[in-house]
Amino acid sequence: MSMHAPSGGLMVAISATFKRDLTLLLRRRGEVLNPLVFFALVITLFPIGISPDPQLLAEIAPGLLWVAALLAALLSLDSLFRSDYDDGSLEQLLLAPQPLAALSLAKVAVHWLLTGLPLALMAPILGIMLALPAGSYMVLALSLALGTASLSLIGAIGAALTVGLARGGVLLSLLVLPLYIPVLIFGAGAVQAAILGDGIAAHLAILGALLAISLMLAPWAIAASLRISING
Amino acid sequence: MWAFINKLRSPKWFYAISAKLQPWFWAAAVLLLLLGSVWGLVFAPADYQQGNSFRIIYVHVPAAFLAQSIFVSMAISGLVFMVWKIKVADMAATVMAPLGAAMTFVALFSGAVWGVPTWGTWWMWDARLTSMLILLFLYLGVIALRGAFSSRDSGSRAASVLAMVGVINIPIIKYSVDWWYTLHQPASFTITGRSAMPMEMWAPLLIMVLGFYCFFIALTLMRTRSEILRRETNKRWVQELVEEVR
Amino acid sequence: MSLCLQARQLACERDDRWLFEGLDLDIQRGEIVRIEGPNGSGKTTLLKILSGQLSDYHGDIYWNGDSMRKVREHFLANLLYLGHAPGIKAGLSPLENLAWYQALSGEKGDDCQREKALEQVGLSGFEDVPAGQLSAGQQRRIALARLTLTKRALWVLDEPFTAIDRHGVAALEAQLVAHANAGGCVLVTTHHELTASSVLRRVQLG
Repeated sequence: MSMHAPSGGLMVAISATFKRDLTLLLRRRGEVLNPLVFFALVITLFPIGISPDPQLLAEIAPGLLWVAALLAALLSLDSLFRSDYDDGSLEQLLLAPQPLAALSLAKVAVHWLLTGLPLALMAPILGIMLALPAGSYMVLALSLALGTASLSLIGAIGAALTVGLARGGVLLSLLVLPLYIPVLIFGAGAVQAAILGDGIAAHLAILGALLAISLMLAPWAIAASLRISING
Repeated sequence: MWAFINKLRSPKWFYAISAKLQPWFWAAAVLLLLLGSVWGLVFAPADYQQGNSFRIIYVHVPAAFLAQSIFVSMAISGLVFMVWKIKVADMAATVMAPLGAAMTFVALFSGAVWGVPTWGTWWMWDARLTSMLILLFLYLGVIALRGAFSSRDSGSRAASVLAMVGVINIPIIKYSVDWWYTLHQPASFTITGRSAMPMEMWAPLLIMVLGFYCFFIALTLMRTRSEILRRETNKRWVQELVEEVR
Repeated sequence: MSLCLQARQLACERDDRWLFEGLDLDIQRGEIVRIEGPNGSGKTTLLKILSGQLSDYHGDIYWNGDSMRKVREHFLANLLYLGHAPGIKAGLSPLENLAWYQALSGEKGDDCQREKALEQVGLSGFEDVPAGQLSAGQQRRIALARLTLTKRALWVLDEPFTAIDRHGVAALEAQLVAHANAGGCVLVTTHHELTASSVLRRVQLG
C-alpha cells in the first residue's frame, strides 16, 4: 500500500459540499419554506398588535421588516450543522484533508442562498402590506440580501459553538443576536435613508464592509468552533 | 518572555506569586477609592448645569471603563489559553466574566439613576447606555456558553472563542450605535459628552478610575486563586497546602 | 516492515481525570492493532487522538517518523476513519453519499466505481434508494464501502462491526486482513472477537 501526498482538489471538495447541502435542503422543502412563512406571520402580527393605520405602519416598516427578517434567518441557523453532527458526517468533514474553513464557507453559502436570499426577495411584498413608501423597495431587497449574508456568517459561529449541546437553540440566539446589531442598524438605516431621499451609497458600502470583515474572519472562527464542539 | 510563559503554565507558581501581589493591590484600591470618593463627593465643585447630580460620574465612568477593559482582558486570556494552553489564563477568564457583567450592570444602573435628574426618565436610548446594554448581553452569552457544556475543557474553549469574536465586534457595535444615535438625535446632550471639564472635577475622576482598576486586579487575583484551588483539588501541592493549614 | 504510526508517552487528561498516561504505541505496516479495554477506558478518545481529531493530548505522535503536528495534511490524506456514527446522510442515496466522501479527498471518481464498491458490501440494487429508508446495518455498509472505494494506508475503525450481520462480519474481517497483508495498517476497537490471525496484535488500555 503506497502513501500518497495530499492530492489537492480543494475546488472539487468545495463544490461537492455545496451541491450536497443544496440537494439535501431542496429535498426537504419544508425547512426552506418555514423561515419564509415565519417572516410573513411576524409581519402580520404587527398591524394587529399596533394599529392598521398606514401612516404609522409606513414609519416603522423599515425596522419591522429588518427585525422580522433577522429573526427568521436566526430560526433556521440551529439546523446548519445539527444533522451533520448527529449522523457523524461532521466528524468526517473535519477529517477531510482540506481546509475546514473553506468547506464550512460552502455550507454557509447554501444557508444564505436558501434563507437570506429568499427573505430578501420576499420582503418587498410584505413591504406593500406595511405601506412602505415607494422608491425604497429595491433598497430593502438589496440591503437584506447583503445583510443576511453577514448574518449567516456570524450566525454560523454561534451554530458551530452550540451544535454539540442538546438544547442549543435558545442559547444560540443569546450568543448571536448582540453580534447582529451593527448589520441591523445599517440595513434598516439604508431603507430609512431611501424613504427620506438621502443617499444610500454609504449604508450599502458599510453593509458591504461588514460582509467583507465577516467573510475574512468568520470561517476561521467557525472552523475553530466546530473542532471544539466535536470533542464536546 | 518564554521563561515567563513557562512559569505561567504552573498554577502553583501563580498561586504563590499572586499571594504576594494581592495585598498591594487591595491597599492601593482602598486608598485610591477613599481618596477619590471623598475628593469627588465633598470637595469637587458642583456642576453649573447639573448641580450635585453630576457626582454620579465618579461611579458611572470608572465602571463603564472597567466593563469594557474586562471584556478585552477576558478575550486576551482566552487567546493565551487557546494558543499556549495555559490553564491559569482560562481560570482568570472564568472569574472575569461575572465581574465584568457586574461592572456593566453598575454602569447601566448608575446611568439610569443619573437619567432621572438629567432627562427626567429612568431610561433613554442614549448611545453609551445602549452600547453598555449590548455589552451586558455579550457577557451573559459568554457566561451561559461556558456553563452549557458538560465538559469543562470544551466550555472553556468555546467561551474563549466567543470572547474573541465579541472583542472584535465591540468597536464595530460601538461605532454603529454612535452612528445610529446621531442619526436619530433624540436627546439634547449625553451624560458625559463634554470634554472641557475643570481640573478639580477630573482629577478625582482619574483617581477613581485607577482605584477601580486596582480593585478589579485585586479581586481577579483573589478569585483566580480560589478557582485554582477548586480545579486543582486533587493535585499534590494543594493537598499539602491543606495539611499545612490543618 | 516499516513504521506507520508511533505514539510516545501519550497521555490524555479530560476535566482533571487521566484517561490514560505514558502510552507508547508502535503501529507497523501490515498490522492490525486492536485496542482493548473496559468501557470508559478511553478507547474512543485514543482513536480520536490517533486520527488527529483531538489536539489536547500530552506526548508526541509521529507519522512515518515526522511529528504529526507538522505533517497533518499528509497524514489526513492517508487516513480513513470510521466512528461510532456512520456519517451517512439519510436524505442522500448511497451513491450520492459516497460521491461526497470521494470529493472530500479531492477525487471526482465516477458512478461505475462507486457501484462496484456498493456491490462489494452487498448493496447492489439499493444504489439510488435514499439512505434513510435503509436499515442501520445497511447504512453502516455504505460507510464500509469507502474502505474499497478510497485507497488509504491507515484505517482507524471505532466499532466497525456494530449492526453488521454475521455474513458481513466475516467479509469485513477478511477485508481487514487483506488490507494488512497488502501493507496497510488497521487500528480497531471492537467487542466482537476477531479470529486470531498472524497480523493481529492487541493493546490493553485501562
